[in-house]
Amino acid sequence: MPIEEICKTLFIILVIVAGLAPIITWIERKQSALMQDRIGANRADIGGITVLGLLHPMADVLKLMTKEDVVPQGANRMMHMLAPLIAALPAIIAFGVIPWGGTYSFGDTTIKMVAADPDWGLLYIFAIGSIATYGAIMAGWASNNNWSLLGGLRASAQMISYEVTLGLSVVGIFMVFETLKLTDMVMAQDTTLRVFGFIEVFGGTVPAFLDWVRLPAWGIFYQPLGFVMFLTAMMAENKRPPFDAPEGESELIAGYFLEYSGMRFGLFYMSEFIEVIVIAGVVSTIFLGGWAIPFLDQATIIGGIGSFMGEGFATGLCVILHFMTFMLKLIVMIWLQMLLRWTLPRFRYDQVMNLCWKGLLPLSIANILITGAVMLLVRG
Amino acid sequence: MEVSAILFYIFAVMAVVSALGMVLNVRNTVAASLSLVVTMIALAAIYVLLEAYLIAVIQIMVYAGAIVVLFLFVIMLLNLREDDFAPGRQWLVKFGAGLLGVFVLIQLLKLVGPGLPEVPVVPEGYGGYRQLGILLYTDYVLLVEMASLLLLSAIVGALILAKRNID
Repeated sequence: MPIEEICKTLFIILVIVAGLAPIITWIERKQSALMQDRIGANRADIGGITVLGLLHPMADVLKLMTKEDVVPQGANRMMHMLAPLIAALPAIIAFGVIPWGGTYSFGDTTIKMVAADPDWGLLYIFAIGSIATYGAIMAGWASNNNWSLLGGLRASAQMISYEVTLGLSVVGIFMVFETLKLTDMVMAQDTTLRVFGFIEVFGGTVPAFLDWVRLPAWGIFYQPLGFVMFLTAMMAENKRPPFDAPEGESELIAGYFLEYSGMRFGLFYMSEFIEVIVIAGVVSTIFLGGWAIPFLDQATIIGGIGSFMGEGFATGLCVILHFMTFMLKLIVMIWLQMLLRWTLPRFRYDQVMNLCWKGLLPLSIANILITGAVMLLVRG
Repeated sequence: MEVSAILFYIFAVMAVVSALGMVLNVRNTVAASLSLVVTMIALAAIYVLLEAYLIAVIQIMVYAGAIVVLFLFVIMLLNLREDDFAPGRQWLVKFGAGLLGVFVLIQLLKLVGPGLPEVPVVPEGYGGYRQLGILLYTDYVLLVEMASLLLLSAIVGALILAKRNID
């Protein structure tokens, strides 16, 4: 049904991209102020009302829109114009496969709270992420500036290197959930994990008083190392601090977007923030159970509340609760990224590369090997 | 016309135009390799229309996302100028390319000449990662291992060449 797809796409653009992205700039300002012992983001006002600094994103956009758009002499005008668009587009369309709710049936109609739900959902995100490299390369090359070019080269080398780790660090998760479909992954996490279940693998039986010791069956409990590596690789792909060597202002002025001004610069800036939301969405979908409420699966909610309030009402409530849960996890992951961004200093470029090729890559391969061995032991 | 047919023509035209853009942009190597990226993406879209989803994703991830980025990386490091392309004797290259073009055209006419074949109905899950993975690790496992050995030797060779300059 095209109407449904159009509504979902509009939802993503209006709520996620246009709604959440400006608020993230506010979260970032407040987080930095908190960590540097300032009050922060409280000056922009309309008639003296500042609303906790929430007007700053509006002031940002107005300022960026009214700035002069400078194209340097000798630049390749067309590529200079296209680069910010190519940087921003992948970040926006990656959100298409992230489920912000489960599958619900109201009588005959079934509603799926995801814009597109292909079998290869996670691969789609990787593919889109690999296209994002071109924004930085084109910007660096088209600006006709040596510092920009160096920034573009650094960005492309860094993003290509971390793509390898990015893919390998979630192979363990593919093996555990036996799927690449993001909606199925969340379904598999909407249950509980028996902490002492491993006793049965060795032929014993779990005593009844230990059987209730459970964890939510989230990816992070199956693959803690995978979680850390995936988050690191995703953050490195996004080129925000501490992985912002491509724009390192102390040596490259501003790297690949040095020659950009006005809203074109704004697009690079926005695409990084949208990418933060995408990272938060992907990580909370694969590792933190997505929309799943811990210890309270969908059938329990609908069965429990539906018995005295009617099934339709219970399902409706379930939709709202799941969406709120997903948003909560999203905000927590965004906050974690902001915390890391303002805690860690920028890595030196060789440190970035060493971390990838000598640290994360061998670890992720070891992770696959161990996961495979354990899976063989547990599932036979 | 069906939606998939319209989409096919859009992406086919896109692939051909960007391929031409790549060939005709010999003097601007960066623009040429960016045209190559557009060709790759258009081909991936055509694979999606053929329900070969995994191949489509791999096409974007490996060719568009990694190999052409490395091309660009090398081109930018070399920092070629237009006068680096001296108008030398390129008639042999042009002759070879023309011969190859005629050969491909004849093959294409041979295929299309008797009329297009019926479009087969694909089974459930065709072209998915599951089916491909099972095939790769059962029937074709020897070939996969041989390919991995080849890649390993390439990596070791590159390392030796790079190391010689450092030591």
